[in-house]
Amino acid sequence: MAEGASEGLVLLDFWVSPFGQRCRIALAEKGVEYEYREENLRDKSPLLLKSNPVHKKIPVLIDHGKPVCESLNIVQYIDEKWPDRAPLLPADPYARAEARFWADLVEKKVCIPPPPPRMYESGTKLWKLKGEAQEEATKEFIEMLKLLEGELGDKKYFGGEMFGLVDIALIPFTAWFYSYEACAKLSTEKEVPKLVAWGKRCRERESVSKSLPDPLKVYEFVCFLKKVYGIE
Amino acid sequence: MAPPSADLKLLGSWASSYTHRVQLALKLKGLAFEYAEEDLAEKSPSLLLHNPIYKKVPVLLHRGRPVLESVIILHYLDETWPDVPLMPGDPYDRALARFWCHIVDDKLGPAVGAVFASPSEGQAAAVEQVHENLRLVERELRDGAFAGRRFFGGDKIGVLDVVLGCGSYWLAVFEEVMEVKLVDPEAFPLFHSWLRDFEEQEEVKAIIPAIDRLLEYARGVRQMMLGLSSQQQ
Repeated sequence: MAEGASEGLVLLDFWVSPFGQRCRIALAEKGVEYEYREENLRDKSPLLLKSNPVHKKIPVLIDHGKPVCESLNIVQYIDEKWPDRAPLLPADPYARAEARFWADLVEKKVCIPPPPPRMYESGTKLWKLKGEAQEEATKEFIEMLKLLEGELGDKKYFGGEMFGLVDIALIPFTAWFYSYEACAKLSTEKEVPKLVAWGKRCRERESVSKSLPDPLKVYEFVCFLKKVYGIE
Repeated sequence: MAPPSADLKLLGSWASSYTHRVQLALKLKGLAFEYAEEDLAEKSPSLLLHNPIYKKVPVLLHRGRPVLESVIILHYLDETWPDVPLMPGDPYDRALARFWCHIVDDKLGPAVGAVFASPSEGQAAAVEQVHENLRLVERELRDGAFAGRRFFGGDKIGVLDVVLGCGSYWLAVFEEVMEVKLVDPEAFPLFHSWLRDFEEQEEVKAIIPAIDRLLEYARGVRQMMLGLSSQQQ
């Protein structure tokens, strides 16, 4: 079996990564076949290190040997490579600018890529911190979700009728809500009911339900991380 | 003949490299626009109305509707006025351009800013960070994605030239104000020659402020920062 990835599409990924899930959702929306390769993040493959020398991170989509890095970049690449079906961005330039703005906001506020070992900034503080610091982080997290809920409004998806870039950017993080709620005593259902309803609608799409992990499995993973970091 | 009115207004700041990116793109595309200088110490109601979340420049108003974030604005301009394209056509090349624009804003830009903001003890480490990032760019120019090209966009300036170029002039400014060497032409020959070619372009010369103004501005900000930190001691 060839070690290289010169055949077709290969996605280097890690099962619980929301960034990887974005790519899986986009590929599924387009109905594109690809090979999924699970990376051991404690022992990264030579292919990963060669394909993403700058960040050495997953996800990486390798298209006939050519790597594309950074999840939202990969999603846009997938959209442009297969423009004939399931568009992930609207056609109108202004609507596209709006979609890019909100996807970028999700990057900045939900998940600023931090150096290891921290992950997923805003939400991560909820299970890593205690006491007053955790309360502050919880408040910040809710505010950020409310901002997003405000933008969603009464629309079916962030893009209106069309499931697209912003939905894809955000939906993987909903698999972490159960964990955040368990660790930080908050209720997303109570605080952002419209966003929770949007999450349910998205999960009715096969591309999403097949790509997102079981929230309980995510919680198991968070508990494992807590042990690793020595948080009770 | 003046270009037809495209109903464009740009809220910006004269020393903001993010504003310069948009001004340069508008110039390259031959688009007329109205410019409004923002006092960042006292932001206008218009800025606060159109960018309530970040409250930052640049803001591009097209027919009164705001487009925010410089790179997003560049994409918007490219898609609305596709003549003189800034982005390449091929999806893979576009992905590369997006990736490297993100490196500029995520890694190189903050590293350069850190040199400026660092007290003297932290400077060596901050300078090394800049060099580490410049090495990434140099490598791509030497034998990576952009090997053999005069500009990142090829024979002509493209989106990555605009994004990296508008901001790289701060390197020379900080070198003088901070008395550090950031871009040694021997260590970064390709980056150095690219920057020189970029700054020679007529459109770029028309946009970038005079170095004296930038030096004065940088010295002022540095004094203020040092003054603030000494007050905290």
